[in-house]
Parts: sequence; structure tokens; C-alpha cells
Amino acid sequence: MKSCLIVDDSKVIRMVAKKILHELSFKTEEAEDGAQALEACRRAMPDAVLLDWNMPVMNGIDFLREMRKLPGGDHPVVVFCTTENDIEHIQEAITAGANEYIMKPFDSEILQAKFSQVGLL
Amino acid sequence: MRPEDFDFVAKLLKDRSGLVITRDKAYLLESRLTPVARKRGLKGLEDLVGGLRTAGEDLLREVTEAMTTNESFFFRDIKPFDQFKAMVLPYMLANRAAKKTMRIWSAASSSGQEAYTLAMMLKEEGAKLAGWKIEIVGTDISTEMLEKAKAGLYSQFEVQRGLPIQLLVKYFKKTAEMWQIDPAIRGMVQYREYNLLHDLKPLGQFDVVFCRNVLIYFDQPTKTRVLDNISRVMPDDGFLYLGGAETVLGISDKFKPVPEQRGIYATTRVPGK
Repeated sequence: MKSCLIVDDSKVIRMVAKKILHELSFKTEEAEDGAQALEACRRAMPDAVLLDWNMPVMNGIDFLREMRKLPGGDHPVVVFCTTENDIEHIQEAITAGANEYIMKPFDSEILQAKFSQVGLL
Repeated sequence: MRPEDFDFVAKLLKDRSGLVITRDKAYLLESRLTPVARKRGLKGLEDLVGGLRTAGEDLLREVTEAMTTNESFFFRDIKPFDQFKAMVLPYMLANRAAKKTMRIWSAASSSGQEAYTLAMMLKEEGAKLAGWKIEIVGTDISTEMLEKAKAGLYSQFEVQRGLPIQLLVKYFKKTAEMWQIDPAIRGMVQYREYNLLHDLKPLGQFDVVFCRNVLIYFDQPTKTRVLDNISRVMPDDGFLYLGGAETVLGISDKFKPVPEQRGIYATTRVPGK
């Protein structure tokens, strides 16, 4: 069973994502911001990270850069999931090491399509 | 809806587009045609059907278009495009090396995602195709869909269904709330209004034909007729793509499945290993 770390400061989004990911047979863990997510990665590297951009304490892009520097930090497939929907943000995410990018609002079809594109399904 | 009205519209659709609507799908007629009636200031379906009996081309076309299904997305099903890159394209590059031309047809192209997927894939091949003249033609009976395809404008939802993010960044520009595909990619595809039930010869010959999720809407004789029509505009070593729920088996002897390649059919010869 693959694992996915859901990083979003919205409880509702985490719940929605968790439900979809469980249906896709993922084991999930949650984090409310980038700092918590980084802690989770230090404990155990997930196979996938579903990552919000704007969060308190540490945002998504800073988390991503830090996570990629950790031992084993190149393993997780990172899919951004954010309301930021301009080319500049997408470009920045890719440069920082994101594998895919979902623009909110999203549904299970989009999440599934993106996860299968990056080989998680 | 009155049975005689249903029969009249069902026959009209079948004659014009091949689309088969059975009685159990009467709700589909009602849900899609009621807006057409309203737009024309008619009271309901009965008035619309009454109008259809004496209607000009405009209304007949509008009704036909309202009934066609136009779902489409980039890299739909993924696998067919992987196969195209791994098998069909190398085969064509080897077998057309002398004349360096190749023609691809997206039949029933809807809003253009399939044709543009192929265009982007070919663009990504870059230097390998230097000196080649590759034409992609998209056809549909819906002028509304053709206009959308030509404009190359897609919603945020549409560009997230199947399109890898790297290709979005590379080949699309954001315009207000929509995403528009690059003029260079748009320029690789020609769109034409065309009915698959008509003689296809004027379209010219196609080495590869994508006709996916189209036959499912037709009855058996229409499927046979369309497949036979398509085979007449293909060379001896052409490839036909059908949708996941479609087959040529028992429908046409003009094509045969390519071994171990789901969804691809060969005109006669199968590329040697």
C-alpha cells in the first residue's frame, strides 16, 4: 500500500483528499503546514505528497525545497494542490521539484488523473 | 413526448448523424432538446418537433448538434498515445522515409483535445521529424465544437484532465479564466466540418486514423458502413484507433487487431517485429 502525506491548512480539504485517496487505496497522513509536514517526512518518507501552497508557519514551496534536501527526499512524488493558478507559480513549483500540479477546485477525477499520470496508480 | 414525435426525431438523427436513440433514451432527447426549443421561443418539444417537420437546415443542424456527445480530454486513456509513440510513429517514420509525409485524422474531433494531443506529441519529438510534412486533420459534424477546437480555448477543468503539467506550461497561455493552446500547435491541425456517413474520399488518404468512442453511438449496419468508408481512405499499412469499448470484430473485415496492442487495428499488413 502506498502512502500519501496530505499537507493543507484547511481541515475540509484534508478530509476530501483523504476520502479520495483512501478510495484509491492509499495510506494517508496529514499535516497542517509545511513545518509539520517536514517533521512527518523526517520520521518516514511518504511515497506521495499532496501539497497546498499557502499555509501558516511554512508554506508549500519552502517545504518542498527543504524536503528534497533530506536523505531520501527525492523519493516522494509531489503533487501541488493550490488555488495559485498562474504560469509563474506552476513554473516555480516545477523548478522546486514538484512532479504535478492541481489547480483548485479539484475533484476525484482530476486527482486520479494526475496521480496516474505520475505513475502513482 | 409523443411516440410519433420520438420516432420522427430518432429517424432524423439516425439519417443525419448515424446516432441511434432508443426508446429508453427518450429522456436524453427531452433534456437536450428542451433548451433548443426554449432558445427558439417555442413552448416545448411538441412545438419543436412540429417545427422540425418543415424546418430549414439551421434547426435540423442545431438539433443534431444538441444530441451529439462531445466529451473529450487531453491524452484520453493515455495508453493509445504511448502506443502511438512507441510503435505507430516509429513504424511510419521507417515506412514513409522516402516521401517524408504522413497524415493523421482525428475523426469526430469534438473540441480538439485529441488532435492537439497528437500535435503536442509530434512537437515533442523535435529533431526526429525534421524535414517531415505531417498533417493532422480534425473533423466533426458540430460547427460549435469545431469553432471551440479552432480557438483552442479550454477551461481550467479541461486542461487538468490528462494533460501533464509540463505540457500545460510549455504549450498554453492563460487568458483570463481560460487556457489557450499555442498558435504553433493550433497551426499543426486543420479542422473541417465533415459527416462520417458521407463519402470520405475528398478528405484524402490518412496513414493513421483516430476514431475513438464514436462507433458506440451507432447501430451495427452504420458501424460497418463507417469502418468500410474509413478503410477506403487508408493505405495498406495504415492504423486505426478505436475506443476501449469498441472493436472491428464481427463488424468489418477491412481491419484486424494488432496483436498485443489493445485498441489498434491494422488495415492489412502488421508491422514486422
